[in-house]
Amino acid sequence: MDAYITKIKAISERLLKDGTVEAVIGFREGTMPMMSEPCFIKSSDDVKDLVWNANCRINLANYLTNRKEKIAIVAKGCDSRNIVNHIIENKIKRDQLFIIGVPCKGMNDKNTGALQDNCGTCTHRNPVIYDELVGDLVVEQTGVDKYADVKKVEAMSTDEKWAFFEDMYSTCTRCYACRNACPLCYCPTCFVDESKPQWVGKATDPIDVRTYHFLRAYHCAGRCTDCGSCEAACPQNIKVRQLTKKLEKDCAELFGWEAGLTLDKRPPLDTFNVDDPNDFIK
Amino acid sequence: MKNLMEHMGVEPGRLQFSWISSAESTKFVDVVKQVTASVKELGPNEKFIKKTVKVA
Repeated sequence: MDAYITKIKAISERLLKDGTVEAVIGFREGTMPMMSEPCFIKSSDDVKDLVWNANCRINLANYLTNRKEKIAIVAKGCDSRNIVNHIIENKIKRDQLFIIGVPCKGMNDKNTGALQDNCGTCTHRNPVIYDELVGDLVVEQTGVDKYADVKKVEAMSTDEKWAFFEDMYSTCTRCYACRNACPLCYCPTCFVDESKPQWVGKATDPIDVRTYHFLRAYHCAGRCTDCGSCEAACPQNIKVRQLTKKLEKDCAELFGWEAGLTLDKRPPLDTFNVDDPNDFIK
Repeated sequence: MKNLMEHMGVEPGRLQFSWISSAESTKFVDVVKQVTASVKELGPNEKFIKKTVKVA
């Protein structure tokens, strides 16, 4: 970790000094314990504020949306996959970016300090695209069961499933931290904020809460990289990833797709193929 | 979408998809019969009723 940050600082300083980029997106020490916060460094004098530790769990690709300037970004495996998403979805251009790749061994959970849930089953710890690495590539995990908890829910009866999610979302206050932390959620006006028409109630009625989570997850279908930003941001510790993971599993099974791995392929929900599964249509 | 709805606890058969051309009148009738039959079997959808009292 120490070697990483020395390298991150050195690269950032160099890029800012020689004018390659106008800003570096990285992490600095947060105002709360066990929480590093994302920051924009715009001057080489401020490079000293950058940190790298096991609390850099938020996905930085979130801050790239529609930026016009040349920009450098510190990217773990998951951040890099979301950068690929952003490029595919025309939210940023590759030539605007200088990607400082960070091989990652997982972030710590914000409450327990143990390895974060999604990091335990991560199979893309190394950045998929980068301009410069800050350390040697790490060994990828193999043989992990990514979808153990999804399978558990799949095995439940309809009523049990309903009750499971009813219970899970019962503490949700609709603060939208999950949406705001999510690099995929970049719509200028989110459907929950629309009032003409109002798609969904804005209070914490269980049905509205469920509709919000369902639709937000669905908007991430075929795009979610399971970076865990949503769960890391949730002040109520709701397992927000339950639904997005189910979609990730479906995409893998139906389309053989994993999001954010290559710039050369369009996502499955963006393309038509005569072999697309259509058993659900009568 | 159907997968995720059912994953979340909506009954299978509640959400249905079909593709029917304007020339396929008999298919349309068949599908409508099937859908109504399966929905009748499930009964009224009470999960989506808001139970809390509306304030103002």
